[in-house]
Amino acid sequence: MIEVKKLVKRFGLKTILRGLDFSVEPGEFVALLGPNGAGKTTFLRILATLSRPSLGAVNVAGYQLPNQAAQVRAKLGVVSHMPLLYPDLTAEENMRFYGRMYGIGKIEERITEVLEMVGLENRRKDLVRTFSRGMQQRLAIGRAVIHDPEVMLFDEPYTGLDQDASEMLDDVLRTVAAEGRTVVMTSHDLVRAEELATRFDILSRGVIAASTTQKQLKETNLLSFYKQALAD
Amino acid sequence: MMDIKPEIADNRPQTVGRSSSIIHRPSFIKATLAIIQKDLSAEFRSFELISAMLVFSLLVIIIFNFALELDVKVRQSVTSGVLWATFAFAGTLGLNRSMSVEKDRGCMDGLLLAPVDRSVIYFGKAISNLIFMLIVEAVVLPVYSMLYNVNLFRLDLLGVILLGSIGYAAVGTLLSTMSAQTRTREVLLPILLFPVAMPVLLASVKASSGLLAGAEFSEVLAPLNLLIVYDVIFIAIAFMVFDFVVEE
Repeated sequence: MIEVKKLVKRFGLKTILRGLDFSVEPGEFVALLGPNGAGKTTFLRILATLSRPSLGAVNVAGYQLPNQAAQVRAKLGVVSHMPLLYPDLTAEENMRFYGRMYGIGKIEERITEVLEMVGLENRRKDLVRTFSRGMQQRLAIGRAVIHDPEVMLFDEPYTGLDQDASEMLDDVLRTVAAEGRTVVMTSHDLVRAEELATRFDILSRGVIAASTTQKQLKETNLLSFYKQALAD
Repeated sequence: MMDIKPEIADNRPQTVGRSSSIIHRPSFIKATLAIIQKDLSAEFRSFELISAMLVFSLLVIIIFNFALELDVKVRQSVTSGVLWATFAFAGTLGLNRSMSVEKDRGCMDGLLLAPVDRSVIYFGKAISNLIFMLIVEAVVLPVYSMLYNVNLFRLDLLGVILLGSIGYAAVGTLLSTMSAQTRTREVLLPILLFPVAMPVLLASVKASSGLLAGAEFSEVLAPLNLLIVYDVIFIAIAFMVFDFVVEE
């Protein structure tokens, strides 16, 4: 579903990604872990077509980047630590706007379906600026799945959420993943990542330094694996 | 691993999402209208942008009203200059605000993630900005007419104001998209915008003052033609370069 080969990203003289190789099978939930400045967000922005690779080959959902970016965007849902929602519009107006941008038919039915999925059906007429951070993040997931994408990218979705909101987000993330979508998530929350993901890749100094699966982790835990990968 | 063949992928039907019954990629016009409607709905709920532009515009014309001589001839001769200075500065306020709404909460990324040509975003934002400018102008003109005792409600003059506003919104939207990505956007936008928009402003002032001085239409044809040419050039350039402006 995602195939990245020898990806390099430079900002001026600074090289962020240094020949990164990465691939994700359909239906996999991959947690991309790593210290600050490792290049996780940069990498996710390239997959999301928001940033152009300097060198290397990137294929998402069968389309090549950057040449077929519009086709890739149609298959992608992206959630970042910012909600990408308009505070002066209601929840349903935000959904309707994004629905129109994706050309969704039967839009009202889909809005109801998505708002029910993220547990905000009874707040659909409320302005987004009156929502708590947790509710905004759930609505952001609704926005990202409104067009029923094949691939979901989550960039630090737990940033700024309290315990209750994080648990609620866990449920929504599980629902999203359970629908057979391919998911790539960056996170610093190793406990949550360990519960949700099926594979764990450690990004360090612009390359994937180590990778393991949930099955392989049974002998150890994610924190030990993470520390070991960074120490190497 | 899935076998990826871009040349085959190109021929796929342009449906979006896993269930093909859900969606089809939206047309250019529908997506542009969605952005305009979104901007208008948000603004008519908060009135943050229009009220800031209006208060600023009214303050400027009131200050000029006190600062200028009460002589009718002098007032008539400075009318177009005062008007366009007001529109230009108020327009900058609106452009800054309009783009910072998109940038501050990451909504620009939301727009960029939509499977539409990125010029849709430019045209949607430019038309919204133009509508906000026209609303402010629709309030400023009668107030100005009353304060300065000048009749500004003439079709030819309104046409010049419309053409000038189109050019200003066209180039302003492009430059505000660039400046919104910097920390000093409030300062940077006027620094970038005024030199670039100068031909539009000069042609607008020239055509407006000619019409207000009672000149024949043929006499103001030159600045008017210039204004139309600049509008077309600015829109064409913005259409071509917008993709590069929003790209990382």
